[in-house]
This record gives sequence, structure tokens and C-alpha cells, in this order.
Amino acid sequence: MSNETLIIQTGLSERPRKSRLPARLDFLQSASGLFLALFMWGHMFFVASILLGKDSMWMITKFFEGYYVFGGKAYPWLVSIVVAVVAAVFVLHAMLAVRKFPINYSQFKLYRAHAKSMQHGDTTMWMWQVYTGFAMFFLASAHLYQMMVWPQDIGPFGSGGRMWVDGLWPFYLVLLLLVEFHGGIGLYRLAVKWCWPNCSREFLKKLKWAITAFFLILGFATLAAYMKVGYDYQENYKNGEHYTPTWAQQAREGAK
Amino acid sequence: MSNVQKNTASGGQTRQRMLTFHILRYNPKDPDSKPHMQSYQLEEAEGMTLFLALSEIREHQDPTLQYDFVCRAGICGSCSMLINGRPGLACRTLTKDMGADITLAPLPVFELIGDLSVNTGKWMRGMSERLETWVHTKEEEVNLSKAETRMDPELAEKIYELDRCVECGSCVAACGTAQMRKDFVGAVGMNKMARFKLDPRDERTDEDFYELVGDDSGVFGCMSLLGCHDVCPKELPLQTQIAFLRRKMVTIGS
Repeated sequence: MSNETLIIQTGLSERPRKSRLPARLDFLQSASGLFLALFMWGHMFFVASILLGKDSMWMITKFFEGYYVFGGKAYPWLVSIVVAVVAAVFVLHAMLAVRKFPINYSQFKLYRAHAKSMQHGDTTMWMWQVYTGFAMFFLASAHLYQMMVWPQDIGPFGSGGRMWVDGLWPFYLVLLLLVEFHGGIGLYRLAVKWCWPNCSREFLKKLKWAITAFFLILGFATLAAYMKVGYDYQENYKNGEHYTPTWAQQAREGAK
Repeated sequence: MSNVQKNTASGGQTRQRMLTFHILRYNPKDPDSKPHMQSYQLEEAEGMTLFLALSEIREHQDPTLQYDFVCRAGICGSCSMLINGRPGLACRTLTKDMGADITLAPLPVFELIGDLSVNTGKWMRGMSERLETWVHTKEEEVNLSKAETRMDPELAEKIYELDRCVECGSCVAACGTAQMRKDFVGAVGMNKMARFKLDPRDERTDEDFYELVGDDSGVFGCMSLLGCHDVCPKELPLQTQIAFLRRKMVTIGS
């Protein structure tokens, strides 16, 4: 057993100097949350490319697979790497955030009664952050795992088929709601916590709801678009086909 | 606009509203006592505060009712209680701003003395001792016969602004973290740290303050729910002070 372990075990590790770890953990919780929230904004815009058409979505997919860097060759494992990094930050954030959760039923009961009696927006919103965060432990993990292991299935046919043929649209609908509420509240909390310009909470709250509404509408429309693609091309998906962009189809037909 | 319903009777007299007070009663010293709600009816009077209403009830209806007060003017902070579920000062709350049904309960977190009376003093003393909420100077340099060093009026004003805290306990009772973690210093403690950090007479460094609040029972336990800021009867800028302290303490930890 090391000397350090013994000092920690005897509860004397914080003497004479208090550990700097709580400061770092607090900062990391905020930083990892900010990273994930900003990533989700980008993510939403990338997946929403389907609203502009299957070709647009295909281009975005291929961009992340390095198609435009490696001279027309796509490497889906590049996506796996990005997903792995996001998953690592996700796990880190979950680990840090869970420190704030009620740790037993008694704490949960006290907080719930407090929120109910206070009728205070920020206090109630935190409960929703806990609920949505807890649900995402499972749902976001499942999504991240799927994207990391089968990145080649991301594309108009693959993503559409997943929604419609595999019937995963309810899963994504719930995940969308969880992400948008958790992320929106989280970003608002970050602004208040670190006191961003003049800290008008009224303004920040309005901004928060506007952003949440925008991403929810975009998310619903995107989900519907994938369901439609999935429905229209269900046979292609079942046959394991990957989408071919319009210009490539035309070039192929021209060659014939 | 006031929601008082005044009915003018035929004789020209003004009839006030009948208020119903639902008060949480419990005497921890009595083994037979169980927490329960008790209702009292009282005719509203012009300019009536909750403190006046409670005095009326104790005077004329129930002498066993326990609640705290000293100054009756929002200065001492003794009469803080849960008013319709939210902490506030009874002496500063006008019944005309409320509905006819009013629920009163003691502040949570603090030791209950009985009914609406809680021992905020004990909690505040513990917090003050723990955070050493006094000006720290080098003993040998204190010379009482020497005039104090002048302070910039603007700075004095800033310190005074934070010193307006009356330790009523409303911020602690409104804090989600304090409900769950009993060792949390609350906004009152963090406000005091911010106050002594401003004071040039206090020779403590940021590292010294970190020793006092640099953990999860201090500033890093705060989740910025800001119930404290929203209920503070002295309208102290708690949101800004907590954020200020957090930024300083994170810098120390980095």
C-alpha cells in the first residue's frame, strides 16, 4: 500500500491544503456539458441536411468519412473515432453530473417537495435536467454504440431505414426531446453559473426557450424526413443498398 | 393592483376580507405532538402584515402559537418563514398582496424550535465559525489608538451592500442543494466570503478563501438554481456574488 493511499484512507489527505480537485471537477462538468451541447447543435444541422435532399445528406456523410480529403475514398471508421471521442466526453460528463444527483430516496423526496412548494422555474427545471440526464444514460449510450460500431450505415437509405424499417423512430423521438430539453436547460445554467453578460435571467430564459423550440421544430421535421425516405426506399434498405447520389446515377446511366 | 375585496355594507362601513391561515403546528419537545396543519380565521385589517396577523391570532385565538420576531421592520430577519411555500419575512409581507388562504410553515434546514419558530442563529453561528466571517488582520499590527486607514467610498459602498444581509435564512431555505446536503454553506455563507474578499483590511488571500469554500459543501456544491437570489428580502445580488466567487475559486484550483 502506498503512503498516499494510507493518507487518503485516514481522511487526512486534505490537510494542510484543501484538494484542488473540486474546482477542476466543477469546471470540467461545465466544459464537458458545453462541448456536448455545441456538438449537438452541429449534429442537428448535419442530420437536418436530409431536408435539403438525399444528395445533401449523402455529401455530409461522405465529408465525415473523408471522401473529399482522400480523393473519393470514404473511410467510415473516421466517424467511429469521432463517435468514440464524443462518447468519452459523454461518459465524463455523466460521471461529473451524477455527483449532483440526489443520492438516496430521502434526498430525492426532500428536493421534489421543495420544488413543488417553491414553484420556482429554475428549481423545477433542475429536476427535469436530472430526469432527462438519467434517461440519456441509457438512450444516448445505445445510439452512440450503434453509430460507433456501424458507421457505414449512416446515409439516406441507412438512416431512413433505421427509422422506418427497423422502427426506431419512437426511440429517436424520445432522444430528441431529452437532448433538446437537457441541453437547453444546461446551456442556460452555464450562462447563469458563470454569469455571462449582465446576466439578465429573463432574457436568457427567453433565449433558451427560443433555441429549444427552434431545434425541436428542426428535429421533428428531420425525423419526419428520414421516416419518409425510409418508407420510400424500404426495399433498398432491406437489400443492404447504399444511396448513390443523383449525379453518379446520371453518369452511370449516361455510360450505358 | 390590490386584490382586497372591500364590501361596503349599507351602513357605509367597509367590510374587510376574511383570511384563513393554515399553519403548520408541531412541538418537537412534546412526544405526543405530530406535525399537522391548523387553520385560523381572521378579519383583514388595513395595512396588515403577516406578522400583525400572527400577533392577532396569538393574542386572541391561540396563545400556544410559536413564531419569531424582534424588529417588525425587516431589519432583524427573525420572522422568516415559508409563506405559501416560499421563504419570506412575515413582517414585510402584506396580506393585501395575497389570496384569502395563506399557508405558513417553518423554514426547512434549520433546527425547529416549535411551530413557525426555527433556530437560524445556531446555524448561522456554525456557518460563521466555519467560514471565519470576520476581518483577519495580523494581531501585532492592530493599534486601537491609531486612526483607521481610509477606504475609498465606492469600495465601502460595495462592502456595505453585501453587509446588508440580515441572516434571516431565506436563501438557505430556498436552496435546492441545502435541502439535500446539510453541510452546504448556502448563499449567505458565499455572500460573506465575497464581502470579506472585497475588504482590503482582510489579509486573507484567494488561497485562504479556497480553504474555506473550495469544495462541494462550498461554492462548488452550488448548482445555480438561484432560489436564494429570488427570495432574498434584502434583494442582495447573490447571483453575481456566487458567480464571482466561483470564478475566483476555479482559478485557484486550475
